[in-house]
Amino acid sequence: MANDYRKIMMDGLWSNNSILVQVLGLCPLLATSSTFINALGLGVATTAVLVGSNVTVSLIRNYVKAELRIAVFVMVIASCVTIVQLAMNAWVHELYKILGIFIPLIVTNCVIIARAESFASKNNVPSSALDGLSMGLGFTLILLILGSTREILGQGTLFSHANLMFGDSFRDAQITIIHNYGGFILAVLPPGAFICLGFLVALKNGIENRRKEKAAQQIVDASAENI
Amino acid sequence: MDMSSAKQNMLAAGKALAIFAIVSSTLVGLTYMMTKDRIAANERQALLNSLGVLVSKDMHDNDLLKDKLAVQSPELGYRGKPVTIYRARKDHKNVAAIFDVTAPDGYNGPIRLLVAVDDEAQIIGVRVVREDETPGLGDNIELDKTNWLHEFDNRSLMNPLEKLWHVKRDGGIFDQFSGATITPRAVVKMVRKTLRYFMQNKNDIFAPVGGNQDGK
Repeated sequence: MANDYRKIMMDGLWSNNSILVQVLGLCPLLATSSTFINALGLGVATTAVLVGSNVTVSLIRNYVKAELRIAVFVMVIASCVTIVQLAMNAWVHELYKILGIFIPLIVTNCVIIARAESFASKNNVPSSALDGLSMGLGFTLILLILGSTREILGQGTLFSHANLMFGDSFRDAQITIIHNYGGFILAVLPPGAFICLGFLVALKNGIENRRKEKAAQQIVDASAENI
Repeated sequence: MDMSSAKQNMLAAGKALAIFAIVSSTLVGLTYMMTKDRIAANERQALLNSLGVLVSKDMHDNDLLKDKLAVQSPELGYRGKPVTIYRARKDHKNVAAIFDVTAPDGYNGPIRLLVAVDDEAQIIGVRVVREDETPGLGDNIELDKTNWLHEFDNRSLMNPLEKLWHVKRDGGIFDQFSGATITPRAVVKMVRKTLRYFMQNKNDIFAPVGGNQDGK
């Protein structure tokens, strides 16, 4: 059982990462990954929706007929997103104002219905909750890497506007990485997100290929010794 | 036989869907009820804060949220809704009018602004109350991101002349952002229209209305 949970975590964070491997949910990714704090806000909101929808779908999985499931999933996801949206508006009002239209757009993130369909509808509640969490964290992680890269390249800063999420005591959290930097607008624009994402996917594939080559080499070595 | 079992299936499916729809809309409704007051309080507090930034406490002695006026104006109104004007007065003298206006033509939808104009038809300041502009581009109109909104401070329709009240790309004097012209264009246009309205209707704007004269 513990092994299963470990596999679920690894799948979400690395081997089946929703962005790097499944390449799902690019619409909000491109739009909100321009700064670290925006990326964090959307990542946390998406994770909350993923966990909520996975748990709900898993709870009702034995009561929903196969031909009805998509309609029901859509309802579940839409309700989860609306609830998260209202909660953010009530408790993190400032950040809600910044992320604006991207919160309701979480509903269009195909990762959420993909996990409901391919995982939560076939597994028990704890595994589904963990799957939602790990997929969400994997999504957030890539968003954060993209957000930091684009913020540093685009504006030369990191953690700007942290006060929107964590309150006024974090107003000075901003770090200026490159001083007197004119800014690199391409990194802030959507093409910058695509280019950064391309490099990230390439990096991930490079690491995987290396690993496979090593493993293959070991098998060859081992069989050579046996002879 | 076949027909009736197909019918039964459809009925069962309809029932199941209806139940799920009722349950999920109940949940959303409950959340709405629970958060409604908090959200309203947030918005009220945000409004008070922004009004306070434009017209500080020592500039007026009336209650801004009470001494307000709703005008129906085809030039200023958004979708036919009345425009709210808050009046700041001190010792029975008019200090400023703060217009709660909405620029209809932002890039991602309407942009809600507060425009504070003093008695001499000069701008005290402009603040964004709500915008859905693209993060990193259009949302540079927010003062948290850039100082762009301060370009309006102390300006009037004489400074610059009204024909120069455009973004630079349209032959005016106001900066646009690289990658985003539509958003600043919408804001400049709305501020210009507000000033024009103020000049034409100044007496009506400061006229006491109903029983809340001076808000005292």
